Amino acid sequence: MTDVTTIPDVAVQLAGVTKRFPGVLANDSVDLDVRRGEIHALLGENGAGKSTLMSVLCGLYRPDEGTISLASDGRLKPVDIRSPRHAIELGIGMVHQHFKLVRSLSVTENVIIGMDGVPLRLDVDKLGAEIAEIGLRYHMPVEPGATIWQLSVGEQQRVEILKVLYRGADVLILDEPTAVLTPKESQDLGRTLRTMVAEGKSIIFISHKLDEVMSFADRVTVLRQGRNVATLDVSATSKGELAKLMVGRELSAPPARRAGELGTTLLELKGVSTLNDRGLPALREISLTLGGGEILGIAGVAGNGQRFLAEVVTGLRPTTGGAIEVRGKDRTGASPREMISAGVVHVPSDRLGMGLAGNLSLADNLAMRSYRRPPLAKGIFLDRRKMVVEANGLIERFNVMTPGPATPARSLSGGNQQKAILAREITAGHEAAGGAVIVAAYPTRGLDVGAIESVRARLAEERDRGSGVLLISEDLDELMAMADRIAVFHGGEVMGIVAPSETSIEELGLLMAGERRT
Amino acid sequence: MIGFTLEKRLETSTKTNLLVLAGSLLVALSAGALLLLAVGASPLEAYGAMLKGAFGGRLEIVETLVRATPLILTGLSVAVAFRMLFWNIGAEGQLVAGGIAASAVALFLPGAAPWVPQNAWVYLPLMGTAAIAAGAVWGLVPALLKSSLGVNEIITTLMFNYVAILLYQHLFNGPWKDPEGFGFPGSAEFGEFAFLPRFTGRLHLGLVIGLVAAVLVWIVFTKTKWGYEIALIGENETAARYAGVSVFRNIVLVMILSAGLAGLTGFSEVAGVSHRLQQGLAVNNGFTGIIVAWLAKLHPLRVVVVAVLLAGLLVGGDQIQITLGLPAAIGQVLQGAILLSVLGGDIFSRYRLRMIRTTAKEA
Ligand SMILES: Nc1ncnc2c1ncn2[C@@H]1O[C@H](COP(=O)(O)OP(=O)(O)OP(=O)(O)O)[C@@H](O)[C@H]1O
Ligand SMILES: [Mg+2]
Repeated sequence: MTDVTTIPDVAVQLAGVTKRFPGVLANDSVDLDVRRGEIHALLGENGAGKSTLMSVLCGLYRPDEGTISLASDGRLKPVDIRSPRHAIELGIGMVHQHFKLVRSLSVTENVIIGMDGVPLRLDVDKLGAEIAEIGLRYHMPVEPGATIWQLSVGEQQRVEILKVLYRGADVLILDEPTAVLTPKESQDLGRTLRTMVAEGKSIIFISHKLDEVMSFADRVTVLRQGRNVATLDVSATSKGELAKLMVGRELSAPPARRAGELGTTLLELKGVSTLNDRGLPALREISLTLGGGEILGIAGVAGNGQRFLAEVVTGLRPTTGGAIEVRGKDRTGASPREMISAGVVHVPSDRLGMGLAGNLSLADNLAMRSYRRPPLAKGIFLDRRKMVVEANGLIERFNVMTPGPATPARSLSGGNQQKAILAREITAGHEAAGGAVIVAAYPTRGLDVGAIESVRARLAEERDRGSGVLLISEDLDELMAMADRIAVFHGGEVMGIVAPSETSIEELGLLMAGERRT
Repeated sequence: MIGFTLEKRLETSTKTNLLVLAGSLLVALSAGALLLLAVGASPLEAYGAMLKGAFGGRLEIVETLVRATPLILTGLSVAVAFRMLFWNIGAEGQLVAGGIAASAVALFLPGAAPWVPQNAWVYLPLMGTAAIAAGAVWGLVPALLKSSLGVNEIITTLMFNYVAILLYQHLFNGPWKDPEGFGFPGSAEFGEFAFLPRFTGRLHLGLVIGLVAAVLVWIVFTKTKWGYEIALIGENETAARYAGVSVFRNIVLVMILSAGLAGLTGFSEVAGVSHRLQQGLAVNNGFTGIIVAWLAKLHPLRVVVVAVLLAGLLVGGDQIQITLGLPAAIGQVLQGAILLSVLGGDIFSRYRLRMIRTTAKEA
């Protein structure tokens, strides 16, 4: 093929890229160019094809049609990217939506693992120093000797980014990097990215958070149903316009706060304590109540016990002290199955790790709560046909985008996996007489603005039906808008319980940092 | 420039599977042909003799089915455990434990409890139950060690094989040895009430037991809540716990089924073929069952097909040694080559080979 163009500042150009999966047109003839020294945001609804497009660029998938060209010597040349390894040789590296680190290895080992030309005998100290230096240069302090499982999510992400930088990438792709970060960590990441583009690197970053796009990015491309519907300068657009481009309509107002009376107490924790996997205290004497018709927000920086709260309430983790009551009945030490029967449902924070069995079909996954009872169960037997019928109902009611119930759950887009879990859990909650206890951990993480809207509306609807929602979230705006009360966690303790009407984001920030309310 | 890469397939169609299988066989047969040429034999003649030896006539087919019977059962045993990612490689020992228990019933119950009617309707069920129970106990120890203490089941099930095999050898060489056996190792022959009925030649009811077991396991896998739970645990244990499935309970139950099936194999072999406890019970059927299960992709009905084909390969391989006078090792090498390439070919069912033409020069 001949050289295409000679635009000097374009680093990567995708022309007419099409990628099909069985029953899905994930990318439909997408054109996209990314300039040197720019942060290019990629926006779009769940399932719009963002991750797929980037996977094509980083060599994970091969396009069915279209070409990818890279700048070299001031010219764009078409390349055929054979594999992620080949992509990195060409200077393209990707940090995926789900991290791929080896948890038992150190930072240094993770950074160099799988690289070509690594000597058999490593000079770990020297490599570590090099890695730490790169980290400093880009405002990403890391400790090279630390083991991955000791690190917070934000720190793990730095390791993922370092891994790509260490291999000399000039084009970095970040798939929803801020979905799991705290606002502070997100800001730090923004600074890191700025330093990188100042050196002439290019960054493509996928996000659903319009605020971030507006504050970090130079240009933004919106995908809808696999097509590029617009590429705009950030300075010349607005959040409203972007949202409209993404979902094709205006967003409606957030759901109204509870109107009805508070029902009876559904869940009560009395001085509950538990340990983490390493045997260290993870929850210290937590006392909380959740009433029917109430949304109790749980705020806190990730890793301050929220996950353990969810696990204890759902019976997944034994307590070491205190008591748990569901609807006035003591359920301390109950098994997950007993908690399910008691009407506790759970939207877990780790979708593919806990909420779904990725290789099983969507229908199988949607049946995880209902397979024990009729109509799916008939004695010891399971009616697979009914299972599919039921799955189709959920898919339709909750707008899960998928070719059908037989699709493996893992091949759904991140946001649609989340919708599937929500569909299953909320529906299971309807079985509980007198309202369910809905433990929802980061239920809107990774969802597009339209889907966030509908999830919030669903949760509000469940609240109005008399269920109690334990809403664990990092998004303070979300908590302020939806919760009736907010309990702030720090170091496995409740620092205070406040009503949104009587507090401010600033006060929440202080509580989250460990200052007790006086 | 032209190169190749492997791309993960999103899903594998039946057609692809069959094509891959055919391709693997072709590769194996070509490699085997070279080998046969090297030892001065005609490949066509040898393959013909193998095919004839395995499926060429009534007698041959019967022999192949006799050989397939234990493989169906051990293949199912392994498939059940592997479905849940419980790596039971102890089918061999569980089979032997089952054989010992069935033999014990046949040899000693008539003396210990003469009032038990000595007919097949009573004895065969008793022996089968004893064999299932013994196999299950043999598998249960590793299962409990795994589910309560997290002890790696690969090690424990493997070690338990040797315990069972040594015990079995001790029994038929020592305490259970037939005093009227002219010094040959082996127990006395069972009474006729402890023989599995035969259809023709050595072909016995064990085959039917295997077929019924395959259908039952298939029903468990595809039509029951339990099968759903097993698949869930196999795919994602955390998700299974989250769904309220007790992993502990399922490890125990699955191992009872898996090891019970292996134990039943032991019963089928002693009551159907040897009619006594003697050398020849521990002939790697338990280990070959792993290959059967794997080639059948853990699908219970495919286990039957694979077991019969593999038995044909084993019987046919033995045949060419006899009819063509080739060195004994040749048959085994051919068997090995076929297995290796079929197992290795599996990678092409999971990955797609793509040819790459590099259009631009890169660094
Ligand atoms: N491996 C796969 N097999 C089959 N279909 C797939 C696969 N990966 C993605 N898809 C489908 O392609 C479409 C685009 O998915 P993709 O993951 O690119 O979406 P996305 O824009 O990243 O969404 P999200 O914001 O939810 O992460 C979806 O309909 C998805 O179901
Ligand atoms: Mg995605």
